[in-house]
Amino acid sequence: MNAKELDIDLALSNVAQTVSTTLEARNIQSPIMIGIHTGGVWIAQQLHRRLGLDEPLGTLDISFYRDDFTRVGINPQVRPSALPLSVDDRHIILVDDVLYTGRTIRAAMNELFDYGRPASIMLAVLVERDGRELPIQADAVGQHVALAEGEQIKLQGPEPLTLSITRV
Amino acid sequence: MKKKNRLQLDDNGKLKHFLTIEGLNRQLLIDILDTAESFTSVTEQTVKKVPLLRGKTIVNLFFEASTRTRTTFELAAKRLSADVLNINIQASATAKGETLLDTLRNLEAMHCDMFVVRHADSGAAHFIAQHAAPHISVINAGDGQHAHPTQAMLDMFTIRREKGEFHKLNVAIVGDIRHSRVARSQIHALSMLGVEDIRIIAPKTLLPTEPDAFGVHVYHDLREGLRDVDVVIMLRLQKERMRGASLPSEHEYFQLFGLTEEKLELAKADVTVMHPGPINRGVEIDSAVADGSRSVILQQVTHGIAVRMAVMSMAIQSHLPETTGGVR
Repeated sequence: MNAKELDIDLALSNVAQTVSTTLEARNIQSPIMIGIHTGGVWIAQQLHRRLGLDEPLGTLDISFYRDDFTRVGINPQVRPSALPLSVDDRHIILVDDVLYTGRTIRAAMNELFDYGRPASIMLAVLVERDGRELPIQADAVGQHVALAEGEQIKLQGPEPLTLSITRV
Repeated sequence: MKKKNRLQLDDNGKLKHFLTIEGLNRQLLIDILDTAESFTSVTEQTVKKVPLLRGKTIVNLFFEASTRTRTTFELAAKRLSADVLNINIQASATAKGETLLDTLRNLEAMHCDMFVVRHADSGAAHFIAQHAAPHISVINAGDGQHAHPTQAMLDMFTIRREKGEFHKLNVAIVGDIRHSRVARSQIHALSMLGVEDIRIIAPKTLLPTEPDAFGVHVYHDLREGLRDVDVVIMLRLQKERMRGASLPSEHEYFQLFGLTEEKLELAKADVTVMHPGPINRGVEIDSAVADGSRSVILQQVTHGIAVRMAVMSMAIQSHLPETTGGVR
């Protein structure tokens, strides 16, 4: 097994830049950023700092909303979701590490709507790879990655954050 | 013990039925507490539901009256998006065995997935678990004087929330230990989780016949037993279970074993007061204590929902086919 490390700092600046321009273009003030456990929270912490957002960071654990519970069951290490503010009528920036099938994002949006009715949701991901199974796309992407067969992309963290492609 | 274990756990050591704390292990109890912890945020949602058990049918099979336990089980199932059926059956003592099995077969024919059972006879939940179809999980919601494991786990959850760790604690259980399935389950859970000093405080007539078998310290004097405790759990005086004159009078009981602010001074300053409910004010606990700042009696009720959600989702999970990993 060998690993190729990607430039995570560059990817983070790319997402931060795109999020920033998108917020400006859409004229959105004080959005709420929400990271999806676990990798998405690490990325959200970085973005939250880089963008200097005022509202506190929220976290979502989508385990109870997964569409494959009947196949994989639950893990006792699930963390409670923590949304510090009401999401009603607010603009949300949902953050995850890797966008792959799109099922995690669907689950996250389902959970989010159980907390209220946001004004809008924007999706920011560090990495986008092919393999979408649902009509879901990101608004801000740090890096597009094409993986060959047998390759996996993995974020490790939180200190230091590293992103690498491994061949199994 | 071993037999109970085989009945409660599947081949992979996962919880299949939840009948008693006995025969389980510390890690499993911690898994239940951790899973319950993660369900606490569901209550903060506008839509207080997660889709985990969507399409599953859970039957509350209550052969004995209960309000708090049944409603929190019902609420827990509904918050997991399961469909819930409440069946209250006043068991006829003579035809019990037959009635029970017939009821079971009928419910199985309706394709239910889980039975939550409350029964006045010790061992009823085991009996049902033994005879239920293999795809059905059974949760004991209290059987006779035997066990009430979800109550014990919600109490453990409350203690962990209040105190953090278990092993250094002094926990006193006060009152009608002899007739209490709650006390029995609590003692097993406390000792499995490593509590060093478990005390039971009661008049001789309300102690179990062999208190030494539980590995607890026995006190007959409330003041003596309360000294330096971290947690005191008051039990309800079970008038309906009392046979003959185990007690002089409620008034006298309150004088000797009722928890008052004054007696509570003997415990640690940050003592936590618990009671599984329903409380008899002025019998085992004074209103000032029950409603006071050290009481977590209502938090216990709230925690009961998260703990029951955890137990239900873990038990249903054991019926899932074996696969590993998930798709992101």
